[in-house]
Amino acid sequence: MALAVGCRARPGKSRDNKTGSWRVFRPVFDNEKCSKCGLCQTVCPEGCIHETDEEFMEPDYTYCKGCGLCAEECPGGAIEMKQEEK
Amino acid sequence: MMKITEGSHAVAEIVAFCRPQVVSAYPITPQTHIVEALAEMVADCKLDAEYITVENELSALSACIGASAAGSRVYSATTSQGLALMYEACFNAAGMRLPIIMSIANRAMGAPLSIWNDQQDSISLRDSGWLQFYAEDNQEATDLHVIAYKVAEDHSVLLPAMVCFDGFILSHTYEPVDMLSQEDVDKYLPKFNPYEKLDAADPISFGMYATPDYYHEFRYEIDNAVKRAGGVIKKAGKEFGTMFGRDYSSMTEEYRMEDADTAIVAMGSVCGTIKDAIDEMRASGKKVGLVRIRVFRPFPSGDIAKALSKAKRVAVLDKNISLGAKGATAIEVKDAMYGKATPILNYIIGLGGRDVRKRDIAAIVALAEKGEGDMFYGLRKEVL
Amino acid sequence: MVDKSLELFECGHRACGGCGAALAARLAMKGAGTNTIVVNSTGCMEVFSTPYPETAWKVPWIHSLFENASAVASGVEASLKKQRRGEKVVIMAGDGATFDIGMICISGAFERGHDFTYICYDNEAYMNTGIQRSGATPYDASTTTSPAGKCSFGNKRPKKDMPQIIAAHGAPYVATASIAYPADLMQKVERAVNTKGPCYVQVHAPCCTGWGFEGEQTLAIAKLAVETGLWINYEMVDGKVSKVKKVVKKPVEEYLKTQKRFRHLFKPARQDAEIAAIQAMADRNFEKYGIEIKLKKE
Repeated sequence: MALAVGCRARPGKSRDNKTGSWRVFRPVFDNEKCSKCGLCQTVCPEGCIHETDEEFMEPDYTYCKGCGLCAEECPGGAIEMKQEEK
Repeated sequence: MMKITEGSHAVAEIVAFCRPQVVSAYPITPQTHIVEALAEMVADCKLDAEYITVENELSALSACIGASAAGSRVYSATTSQGLALMYEACFNAAGMRLPIIMSIANRAMGAPLSIWNDQQDSISLRDSGWLQFYAEDNQEATDLHVIAYKVAEDHSVLLPAMVCFDGFILSHTYEPVDMLSQEDVDKYLPKFNPYEKLDAADPISFGMYATPDYYHEFRYEIDNAVKRAGGVIKKAGKEFGTMFGRDYSSMTEEYRMEDADTAIVAMGSVCGTIKDAIDEMRASGKKVGLVRIRVFRPFPSGDIAKALSKAKRVAVLDKNISLGAKGATAIEVKDAMYGKATPILNYIIGLGGRDVRKRDIAAIVALAEKGEGDMFYGLRKEVL
Repeated sequence: MVDKSLELFECGHRACGGCGAALAARLAMKGAGTNTIVVNSTGCMEVFSTPYPETAWKVPWIHSLFENASAVASGVEASLKKQRRGEKVVIMAGDGATFDIGMICISGAFERGHDFTYICYDNEAYMNTGIQRSGATPYDASTTTSPAGKCSFGNKRPKKDMPQIIAAHGAPYVATASIAYPADLMQKVERAVNTKGPCYVQVHAPCCTGWGFEGEQTLAIAKLAVETGLWINYEMVDGKVSKVKKVVKKPVEEYLKTQKRFRHLFKPARQDAEIAAIQAMADRNFEKYGIEIKLKKE
């Protein structure tokens, strides 16, 4: 790919950087406890938590860094951080 | 149309004809008359531009960077300390490939503080990636702005450019100038067509950072663009000549070089004095000529080597000094002449407004004939 | 109305896990909307979001230098005005770029009255270069250039009151916000971008790496800052303070003890005088802004 004039780029390329590989702990969502409030989605610094067709929340593990903010903030305690298995 | 006008006013008038959409500048002697004149034009609705009265020169150039990236033709002007304050933004504007045009009313660098002319200010930014034009007189200072816009905005170039003309000596001097009209400039200079711009409809990130995997290549690309500008300058200069009768197709000018034994190399307004001195020396049988450098970046090495190929000696006059080395022009001329036996002698002249007269030129030629050079010329021994 | 589902700050950026600044950017952009041009100063956010060619920004974005974002934004705004275009101009800059190195450009741009919104993501030190103190670093915080030591409790000066300085320039809208209150933050940014003239929003954005806490605590700590009165959320319209966030008062200690940057106030020995001095600052805030909610005793 030829260099862009002036070190510029169009959107989308940051997705090439799959930050999910950084993860040590994985958020596991328990839909039984989920009230669908969406707070986890709001507070995720990656913006990688999406709503499913059933309006539950689902993290995109390709990008989730496993910071645990969602689990910490979830009012229903529906998210548990579990150690990644190598 | 021929008119007698002050250099700064001629520059302001031609800049207005180039239809900049955003002007951003900060006052500094001896550039002030340009930006005052432009402010007046905006106040009188003669120039339809946003005029940003910034709080310092760094912001002047920074605002130009923003406005240029957003898709406007922009203009600024400064000199000396102001240009030094822009240093960081100068490299940035070039690296971001933004075709900003800036007039430099050349002035010495402090300390000691001096408001008077030499070319240390813009020469010190020769490595920044800006194209650099140096005018001999106000006619050229005026014409070069129009050419600079055309070259800088060319999509094969996309670089900022400084149009340099000597502070006070040109900026504050009334000379006859054959002014182009608005119609002339409109005919020559197309509307600004940004290569890319900040636009919500096509969101581009400008000014990203480069890791070692890319930085080296980005610098290579900028260097290529500066070099490529040489061909674009020649083409634009020729087109200017065809349309208006004043030819700028060469980045250098040769004056009575045909059989010259001693060749002088210089830039800027001192070349007028040099030409007169050459005429007098020629009348008394000395074969002296001048190679005037009009474009310092890109440096026209090939043209200079060719022009100097038959000279027995070369005297390079620099209104700047790379302290601890030589004048910048001498260093580059030596590089251009590498491998040739021609002696190249450097004379630092006219720093901080010291007048350079015809008899000084004759004295320098006499020194060169004796093989004496690489010196500050005309030191006042009594104060040392 | 803020469209909460709008994502203009993409996945794949290189911020630390639990980064307050990344969350601030993401939330602020929801408030600003798609019709926005972002001017970013040099700093953590610029670096973690735009290594060539991997930009995380889905809006037009420009970075020039550390100190000149507001001058660049002035130029962008003037250009848009001249072209009769409608995009909003939003500056994103850290506290170092805002409180320190960018002050001249900021003062000039606010005085000239350009139509832009300046968002300072305030993580209270130079994080990109490795946690050096800035004019936004709070009293007694230990940083790499204001380290706590045998004869030092860390940063010797309280935080500069930047919102007041901006307000003194005649800014029509100045606000402080915190990532702990996302809806409030988004609304304030939305209000700022829709207010004509130069507006300022200062967002408290804790930095897990720089302050020394685990990433999952970012919001909890941001919330404690507000609840202890060390960070006040308010709006200032035409220089008049309004809509101050009221809280049930907690002692500053609860906030301080969560972060390594204040650890020297508790270990090896508890520094009562220093903690009291910080409590006094919080008390003055409670009094000045009248933010205490008094709970009725049972």
